[in-house]
Amino acid sequence: MLKILKYSFFDLIRSRWSYIYFAFYLTLGVVLLFLNNDLSKAVITLMNVIIVLVPLIGTIFGVMYYYNSKEFTELLLAQPLKRTTIFLGQYLGVAISLSMSLVLGLGIPFIFYGLFKSNAIWDFSLLLITGVFLTFIFSALAFNMALSNENKIKGFGYSILVWLFLAIIYDGIFLMSLILFEDYPLDKLSLIGTMLNPIDLSRTLILLKLDISALLGYTGAVFKQFFGTHFGLIVSITMLTIWVILPVFRIIYKSAKKDF
Amino acid sequence: MVSIQNLHKKFGKNIVLSGVNLDIKEGGIFAVLGPNGSGKTTMIKSILGMVIPNQGTITVLGKNIKKSCNYRNQIDYLPQIANFPSNLKVNELITMIKDLRGKSTNEESLIKMFKLEPFLDKKLGNLSGGTKQKVNIVLAFMFDCPLIILDEPTSGLDPIALIRLKDLIQAEKVKGKTILITSHIMSFVEEISDEIVFLLEGEIYFKGTINELKTKTNQPDFERAIASILTENHA
Amino acid sequence: MQFSVTHRFIIYSLLTILTGYTQTILAQPIIVCKDCQTTSLKKAIALAKDYDTILVKKGTYKEYKIEINKPLTIIGENYPVIDGELKGEIITIVSDHVVVDGLFIINVGTSYTEDFAAIRVKRSKDFEIKNLVLEKLFFGIYLEKAANGKVYHNKVIGDAITEHNSGNAIQLWYCKNIIIENNIVQHARDGIYLEFSDNCIIKNNISTNNLRYGLHFMFSNNDTYENNVFSNNGAGVAVMFSKKIKMFSNTFRNNWGTASYGLLLKEINDAEIKGNIFEENTIGINIEGSNRIDYVKNNFINNGWAIKVRGACYTNKFIGNNFLYNSFDISYNSNINDNVFDKNYWSNYTGYDLDKNGIGDVPYRPVKLFSYIVNRTPETIILLRSLFIDIIDFSEKVSPVFTPDNLLDNNPLIKKIVW
Repeated sequence: MLKILKYSFFDLIRSRWSYIYFAFYLTLGVVLLFLNNDLSKAVITLMNVIIVLVPLIGTIFGVMYYYNSKEFTELLLAQPLKRTTIFLGQYLGVAISLSMSLVLGLGIPFIFYGLFKSNAIWDFSLLLITGVFLTFIFSALAFNMALSNENKIKGFGYSILVWLFLAIIYDGIFLMSLILFEDYPLDKLSLIGTMLNPIDLSRTLILLKLDISALLGYTGAVFKQFFGTHFGLIVSITMLTIWVILPVFRIIYKSAKKDF
Repeated sequence: MVSIQNLHKKFGKNIVLSGVNLDIKEGGIFAVLGPNGSGKTTMIKSILGMVIPNQGTITVLGKNIKKSCNYRNQIDYLPQIANFPSNLKVNELITMIKDLRGKSTNEESLIKMFKLEPFLDKKLGNLSGGTKQKVNIVLAFMFDCPLIILDEPTSGLDPIALIRLKDLIQAEKVKGKTILITSHIMSFVEEISDEIVFLLEGEIYFKGTINELKTKTNQPDFERAIASILTENHA
Repeated sequence: MQFSVTHRFIIYSLLTILTGYTQTILAQPIIVCKDCQTTSLKKAIALAKDYDTILVKKGTYKEYKIEINKPLTIIGENYPVIDGELKGEIITIVSDHVVVDGLFIINVGTSYTEDFAAIRVKRSKDFEIKNLVLEKLFFGIYLEKAANGKVYHNKVIGDAITEHNSGNAIQLWYCKNIIIENNIVQHARDGIYLEFSDNCIIKNNISTNNLRYGLHFMFSNNDTYENNVFSNNGAGVAVMFSKKIKMFSNTFRNNWGTASYGLLLKEINDAEIKGNIFEENTIGINIEGSNRIDYVKNNFINNGWAIKVRGACYTNKFIGNNFLYNSFDISYNSNINDNVFDKNYWSNYTGYDLDKNGIGDVPYRPVKLFSYIVNRTPETIILLRSLFIDIIDFSEKVSPVFTPDNLLDNNPLIKKIVW
């Protein structure tokens, strides 16, 4: 698998898109820090970007890479390699190269800015960790969509739909149901609702850092336990890991059954 | 060498192979023929494990291929459409495939044979279709495997390269290898194959030598023989 | 006004010190120690004449119900311990002109019927309580109908666990002209509590980890508190039913929790809130029924809600404050507004300044639709900073329906204000 990973990774690292992605984050980091000169504000803006854009880019990249490397995949399939090896290798190649663009693109300007001397380093690291998680989750989801749809346009469309749903529509439905059932105790429901959406989950993880004072204003005991202790952090990270593992398992399952 | 029993495959509602039984002995060149959509490529891909059959068993070199991948070490395969990762250079691709299969190769003589030296440092995305096909051929013949599967090997080749390819195939045959070819070019098939397998509507319609086919269809030449099969069945 | 009060205090304090000083010159101090003639503070007080000085040497003195009924100066040397053995009140001052300095008082008794204190001043004037360390208490320093006194540089450490069986570190009840300065109060019910106490000055104190409030005003007028630090209390400062309170340059920090505020204003009129820092509180300032208050040059940093307005609040002015990275800047529970927001800096402001005059060309709307939703259904807080919420906030910004449409800062500053 490492060999496939290596080749996919180098293939992607040399592609124009990786550079564009890297350049985008580099510019974003530089603009936020050096034009704005305000680390806390930069971290907040970054959070918005990471929560919305990282999943979107992970999705688009995952789907694009899958369809573009179809022939390459077929070439590999004729080699004495296991399917799991091929697809996981490619998936990890995409996810790792995207994560690298993200971490380096944002990390470099922040290091130059003097991040290591600032206490924002934990917030920032958490942002990057979340970004990496989201990249892994959404490129895995994209691979799933692409594996299930021979038709490029369909695969692409469904993947974008998945992103749109998790990034915006889900929260709309979530909000509506909370308001609709406001007479009932909702704290468990709202936490479960958060767990089921990786974007919400990452958002919560960052909220734990940025908005803990607001979150602790709510009365619910479950809330308090979740946000007031390390429990929330641990549960969120565990759930994110599950969110990576499940689509990866489906990649393995689907790819073993698929005809090429 | 290769043995297929009762192979069934459908894509959705579309039945492509319905009960193919085929035995290919060791040594010789076998051509798989059939009209478009008759299941040639599906059958070949089933042998390679790229298509998962709905039913039936396939054994290669005496072993069932189900859920196995190591048997592909014994197969050289030339895919139908030669598209490679466009960011890779030709020699990187060759190194990569060598790296993945981990076997000694004779790629240098092949590169010389198809005059690919000037292209070694070019990215695959920038090559013409014919050149890509040559690279494809090099990759397929690089390893010394007892079974060679060629899916439309002639597409995009210039006449000189075509002659070289024929020589190459003959040379491999002399070494005692089993070669499986699909092609639309009847003259090419007639020239090199020892035996043909004719697929029609998901089943094996004919298996034997070209002479046997001519006798069976009462046609003087190979192309007409094929044509008569098709018209008879469509009539 | 403020000057004259201070002035008067200085004169009183000087007088007290001078009288004490002359006494020490004129008479030998009465010395209390284990091997001395007088082995207890009580005896020493009984022996002493007016304006005598009692010097308590290092040691542990198991005494309680010590009544100081004549003008005396009691000085502890190397912090002698007065141990009340949890039996009741330890020192009660019932005379004017008393100075208590440098004692370590512990183990005050707890009672549900009487408010036992480590040291109480009862109907007395011109006292000075300084350099004391009080531990294991019920109430710490209790000033009852006292006036013109000073509570200076004391450390009061309680061990309050629940509100109903704990007392306040420093309590003022019907007092006038008291200065409370440089004290450290922690782990009590309220750090400093003023009830019916006017013209008091509270400054440079550090009030932390108190169960209820760091500082608490009830029915007290014309008081000033400045340069104090309030952190990790149930709520920082509660000002209730009081008038003309001046709040200058204090720091309110880390007051987290459901009913937790940096500052709680309830039925407060004509106050001045200036130069304070509100940092990382669940709610920076919670305002209920308070009018004519000027909020000027305050920093609101990283609060859940910088300002939460509940109930009727009229003609308040918010001018020249910094609102930095609060989850919500302002929250209103109605859509009527009679307060003025002008020339503040809002870190959430996204407008532009084309004419480069330092003032944003588009007004800022500090109340978000989402804060209205959270007021209604608190669980929705979990959707904070979601893209969907940003979208609905934006649409509300364009055409306000649920939030007061005249609540605008027409001159939002482009740069953070630095003083």
